[in-house]
Amino acid sequence: MTTLVYVVAYLGMVFFLVACIARFMMWSKMPMHVRWELYPVAHEGGGKAAYGGSYLEESDWWTKKREVSLLGELKVMVPEILFLVALREHNKKLWIRSFPFHFGLYLVGGATALLIFGGLVAGYAPESIAAPVTKFIGLVMPILGGAGLILGILGAIGLFMRRRGRELRDYTAPADLFNLVFFIVAFGVALVTFAGFDRNFTLVGTFVTNLVTFNLAPIGEGAAGVLLTLSVVLLALLVAYIPTTHMSHFIGKYFAYHSIRWSDEPNLAGGKQEETIHELLSRPVTWSAPHINADGKKSWLDVTLEDQTK
Amino acid sequence: MKQPNSVKDMGKNPGEPLAQINPLEQIPLPPPFDKLEDEPEFAQLSDAAREKYVVLDDTIAVNIEKPTTKEDEDKLVNGFLSGLEKLMSVDDNWTFLQPFEMSMEHCAKCHTCSDACPIYEESGENELYRPVYRSEIIRRIYFKYIKKASPALHGDIDLNWETVARLIELSYRCNLCRRCAQTCPIGADNALLSREIRKIASMEMGIVPKEIHDDGSVLQLKVGSSTGMTPMILKDNIEFIDEDTAERTGIPIETPFDVQGADILLIHNAGEIMAWPENPGAFATVFEAAGLSWTLSSDAIGYDGINYGVWYDDVQFARVAVRHASIAKKLGVKKIVLGECGHAHKALTVIADKILTGDLNIPRESSMVTLRDIIRSGVLKLDKSRNDFPVTLHDPCNLVRLMGIVSPQREIIDAVVPEGRFREMAPHGVENYCCGGGSGFAIMSGHNFQDWRHRMTGRRKFRQILEAFSDESMDPSHMKYLCAPCSNCKGQIRDIINYYDAFETAGIYYGGLVELIVNAMEDVQPGFIDWEWH
Repeated sequence: MTTLVYVVAYLGMVFFLVACIARFMMWSKMPMHVRWELYPVAHEGGGKAAYGGSYLEESDWWTKKREVSLLGELKVMVPEILFLVALREHNKKLWIRSFPFHFGLYLVGGATALLIFGGLVAGYAPESIAAPVTKFIGLVMPILGGAGLILGILGAIGLFMRRRGRELRDYTAPADLFNLVFFIVAFGVALVTFAGFDRNFTLVGTFVTNLVTFNLAPIGEGAAGVLLTLSVVLLALLVAYIPTTHMSHFIGKYFAYHSIRWSDEPNLAGGKQEETIHELLSRPVTWSAPHINADGKKSWLDVTLEDQTK
Repeated sequence: MKQPNSVKDMGKNPGEPLAQINPLEQIPLPPPFDKLEDEPEFAQLSDAAREKYVVLDDTIAVNIEKPTTKEDEDKLVNGFLSGLEKLMSVDDNWTFLQPFEMSMEHCAKCHTCSDACPIYEESGENELYRPVYRSEIIRRIYFKYIKKASPALHGDIDLNWETVARLIELSYRCNLCRRCAQTCPIGADNALLSREIRKIASMEMGIVPKEIHDDGSVLQLKVGSSTGMTPMILKDNIEFIDEDTAERTGIPIETPFDVQGADILLIHNAGEIMAWPENPGAFATVFEAAGLSWTLSSDAIGYDGINYGVWYDDVQFARVAVRHASIAKKLGVKKIVLGECGHAHKALTVIADKILTGDLNIPRESSMVTLRDIIRSGVLKLDKSRNDFPVTLHDPCNLVRLMGIVSPQREIIDAVVPEGRFREMAPHGVENYCCGGGSGFAIMSGHNFQDWRHRMTGRRKFRQILEAFSDESMDPSHMKYLCAPCSNCKGQIRDIINYYDAFETAGIYYGGLVELIVNAMEDVQPGFIDWEWH
């Protein structure tokens, strides 16, 4: 049974990583599309991003070096990721629920990273280094982990209630509710474990140390052991489940911004994009409407260049 | 107000409208148009139209005839499914595959976009016009009928011909202004989904509003312009415009045609030549005064910058864009400058950017930029006092939110309008509201569609215009100038001013940007802007 818990934990993490990478690869391997940017574009330099301007405001822009500001992107991305700024600006009622939920996830994620770091140090570093690190983590964890779980649960309950409300009910699939309930239950069990039996995260710290040192030792006794086991299994399943659903939007959002909304790189004559465009224009068209005049063999170029004057 | 209770209503009660607006329940406009009961009558659909065509709401845009046989019903459903599959194919939809899939997969249905949509808001928040309503239907169809996923995962919907036909009709209740996409916390683009539904209808099923297809892109590709203007008529018209402009300005003008090796090929929206001749006349006046090397083309299509494919059909879009570039290549110009037409700007500069290669990849520039540079150069002597009247600026979505051309037009206004006379609309710039004519609506007027767009899509812009001039007298003798540097926007704004008789009753006049420049030129006779309703 003990071994099984470790196996579930390993599988959950591995599945999460593999699924996230697969998602990332899926979006990144999609073909070039036509430009469909939306302003403001955060990386526009020369102060243009502030009012939504673009390099197209420059005369003979194709002869000039584009000013692209990574700092400009970061100035938008970091607050957006941490505080969901766009949501706060455009939908405060949802932000009140969504922000605690997401920030709770970040705190739980941060706490998990800290536990893994602590486990590695405890498992592989000398005692003189491990002891103060473990002590520090013991101090920080209740704040980080506890606050993260509480915020996550409150946010998920808020989101659940909102989805059940009149306005969103018709647009809510059973899976949307299940996703939130899954969070509430998994985080709830973890919170009960923490509050009832493991206030300084000793038990979970030991478990994570075992996990990263591949020491499949028993993870606690009695009610504490049962609850910790349940927490681990639920959280592992949740972590594995997330990237298989639309909750993987944290990956999609990167591409929504970088490959679509902010994708304003021009195709300059003789530039590197032209070869890709040639390849895409040579693909066959099978659209069936008579005016397209496609036969499944003609390419985009063929149907584009056909004489339309007759 | 009648509205659907559920997304699933789309396939129910055929022949019955799903939504109806009560004009007396709409949000009142600002003064002097603030009495709902005094607003013009909202023309109703005829019984014959309701009998013959698929009914969605108070109007009809696409004219989809009700099927009379089971075979016809199946054809609608199967055609839609076939088109939907092609939207997911690299071959058939590389043009928009990633943006399309992103919006299909990641919309959280949180309704953040609803408040950004002027149609939804001006409808009194009618559920049918919620941006997510239509995209939720295509999502459910896609996941249930193409991906065969359980409805428990993505929601359920019945697929029948009513659902398909109404969804196509509903895709023409969106201006494609992408204000909704701008507010999406995840980056989903429900406006794009409207466009993709239109693509299925056009490219797979051959179902398209006549105004933008048969009388639009097809006519343009066939004779040279959606106005029906052939090269010969073009030359006659420009000759007349030159004469008329010279009479108004006191400066002889001869628009150059087909000048081989000119620096600039200027492409107007042909609607300017037909409906607002003062605009091409003003361009010619400014370009000649600035000593630019420029030309118009008299080749078919080369004198009409419109590209309606941008609203509904990628192949029609590509055909027109390539033709524009080919004409520029033939003339050997250094760059194409787009006249005052927003969608022509976006079509040829931004979207065609990933279609034009090699010697067709001729640089494209906005006339806002060209005109701004002329002003900056100081070559024109300007007298701002000639524009001593209240001015506000409409930001065409295509130019601003979708291209990031925001400041040049403001710099021009700053140079030609006296201090204190210009006022911004709220909101403006990249957060502007569509004129209401976007995505083809400005040229669509079948049945009572024109009334519907005045009541629903153009109402927010009209509200903004009135608010922008709220500190001015609304006495009709106190003329106020609405600057709209886009042909389609001007068409819509002309129509809505007409609808409310706002020129006669409130002194609201409209025009382009280049006219303001010419009106301020010292070398030109005063009064280029004549304040007469044409």
